[in-house]
Amino acid sequence: MADENTQEFWNWQETNWASPDINWENGRYITVGIDVGSVSSQAVVMVDGEMFAYGNMRTGSNSPDSARNALRFALEKTSLTADKIHYLIGTGYGRVNVPMADRTVTEIACHAKGANFFYGPTVRTVLDVGGQDIKVIRCDEKGKVTNFLMNDKCAAGTGRGMEVFSDLLSVPIGDVGRRSFEVDGEPPPVSSTCVVYAKSEATGLLRKGLSTNEVLAAYCSAMANRIYSLLERVGVEPEFAITGGMAKNRGVIGRLTRKLGLEPLKTKWDTQLAGAAGAALFGYALSRQGKGRK
Amino acid sequence: MITAGIDCGAKNTKTVILKDGRIVGRGMVLTGFVQAAAVNESLQIALKDAGINECDLERIGGTGSGANAIAEANFRVNDIKAIVTAAHFFFPHSRTVVDVGAEESRAVKCDENGAVVDFAINEKCAAGAGAFIEAMGRALETPLEQMGNLALSSDNPIPMNAQCAIFAESEVVGLIHAKVEKRDICRAILDAMASRIVSMIRRIGVNPDIVILGGVACNPGFVTALKRDLSLDSVYVPELPEYGAAVGAAVIAAAEAK
Amino acid sequence: MLANYGYSDASGDYFITIDTDACNGCGECVSACPAGVFQVVDCDPNDPMNEEPVVTVIPDKAKKIKYECGPCKPFTNMPSLTCVRVCTHGAIAFSW
Repeated sequence: MADENTQEFWNWQETNWASPDINWENGRYITVGIDVGSVSSQAVVMVDGEMFAYGNMRTGSNSPDSARNALRFALEKTSLTADKIHYLIGTGYGRVNVPMADRTVTEIACHAKGANFFYGPTVRTVLDVGGQDIKVIRCDEKGKVTNFLMNDKCAAGTGRGMEVFSDLLSVPIGDVGRRSFEVDGEPPPVSSTCVVYAKSEATGLLRKGLSTNEVLAAYCSAMANRIYSLLERVGVEPEFAITGGMAKNRGVIGRLTRKLGLEPLKTKWDTQLAGAAGAALFGYALSRQGKGRK
Repeated sequence: MITAGIDCGAKNTKTVILKDGRIVGRGMVLTGFVQAAAVNESLQIALKDAGINECDLERIGGTGSGANAIAEANFRVNDIKAIVTAAHFFFPHSRTVVDVGAEESRAVKCDENGAVVDFAINEKCAAGAGAFIEAMGRALETPLEQMGNLALSSDNPIPMNAQCAIFAESEVVGLIHAKVEKRDICRAILDAMASRIVSMIRRIGVNPDIVILGGVACNPGFVTALKRDLSLDSVYVPELPEYGAAVGAAVIAAAEAK
Repeated sequence: MLANYGYSDASGDYFITIDTDACNGCGECVSACPAGVFQVVDCDPNDPMNEEPVVTVIPDKAKKIKYECGPCKPFTNMPSLTCVRVCTHGAIAFSW
């Protein structure tokens, strides 16, 4: 059994879950959020705004199938059938390709709403670092977005940037965080922001005699600086939460939180579900306004 | 009068020997990790090419991102001045000079005397420089020298969505898997690159004649894409455009020595 | 809400900020912009509970906004931007 303190779970398992405490037949509104991301897809089923079931799986080669599969996977452990759903919202990168959706909502709105649900109404800033994008969202006590930015144009600071380095240095991505702290003294961060130029800079550092761990540390620190500069643009107001795959990379997040002087909030839920949960909550709110399926 | 211009760039270091207003020798080596060594090596190659002894050089001008490593230089000149001087040396009618190097690109607007009026720079991001094409060439497993001609043979323009070189690599791999023809992918890459350079030129205004220098100007597919995007024919590329800044430094050295 | 559309890369930050509380979706900027970067939508996709028309930046344009807005932003002697000028609500701002 891997020790949770040393192992980083980049290679997450596909999981599904159903609440043993909720009987959907007693519910008024059954709403579903489906978040089709570039790497993973989630379906969250809520009964009157409470978590009832979810499915979390890898995104396949086409978005409609990924959405359908995620929903099927979520319903697998329940007696609920798709025809009982009042409102289904699609979100995420592939949201326009969720065939069963009554409506689509951006992942920005859904992440804020989901974070409000997972972390409670005190969360004001949500950072989401995914495989291909970075989102910084500020929200109010109701989970309504007040300020946001999304950067999906540049790989710097994203999971993809980290993958490039893990390939370059032949270090499994799950070991990056731990090894980046196994250094005598913190080396200065890689100065190039652009991943292409950072790669050549790293090659130069290795030639100058830096160890692989030192180069990892220098890059984790550059990633933290990059993410920090995006946070600064929107402004960080506590409480602060981090979602997305990068939340599991201590090498980057440890350096980022040290720089911020803020500890991120914790939740019992898998943070990958935040977007889909937010979508299901919007479905619930819209259903209560009489906008759901009859 | 014999002078030399040395351009220590991010990827290559280039030396040009100028004798009485004519280029008589040149040398180019990969810059690598020790700039000073590359500088000396390119100088020695150029001297040998020209059949001239180092002691016959009256003045040496240095330029490029690694200009400070050029110990041999009597003076240093900034890249903008160097490329404008070179463009006027080759084409006295040039009003817009575009230099697309490995890690930076610039567009300079100048007057009839070659004085700089305005300029725009793309730096620090590979999307706007030769590094983008190089990265795509690796993803496509196609040598840079072949990409241009392959692109020219394509009559099927397809868009590239990714701007970032890292994301564009995945897009290129996706296109390969989707069985898109290699020549069409080459064209998509060069069209995308050209469109970014054109928007940089538009920021300083499109004033013919336009001269293109820098390593990327060696790519005929890129130059054609640029002309197409600008809807302009008066776009000129000198022979050996990658030596542009070095030529500029050598010409300035000759003017100073007078 | 301050909606920041655009991106940040190694060369700088390129965001158009729409203040959705100030914007009333009149669409003056849509017709004024020579590059066609704006659109009016019936409901803010980032605020699904609010059904007022609002301006957003078209996603495809947002991804290359530095290049789309280039012609209105010469390096020297930059005039005031058309979109910012026509917006009487002061809802549009640029980060660069």
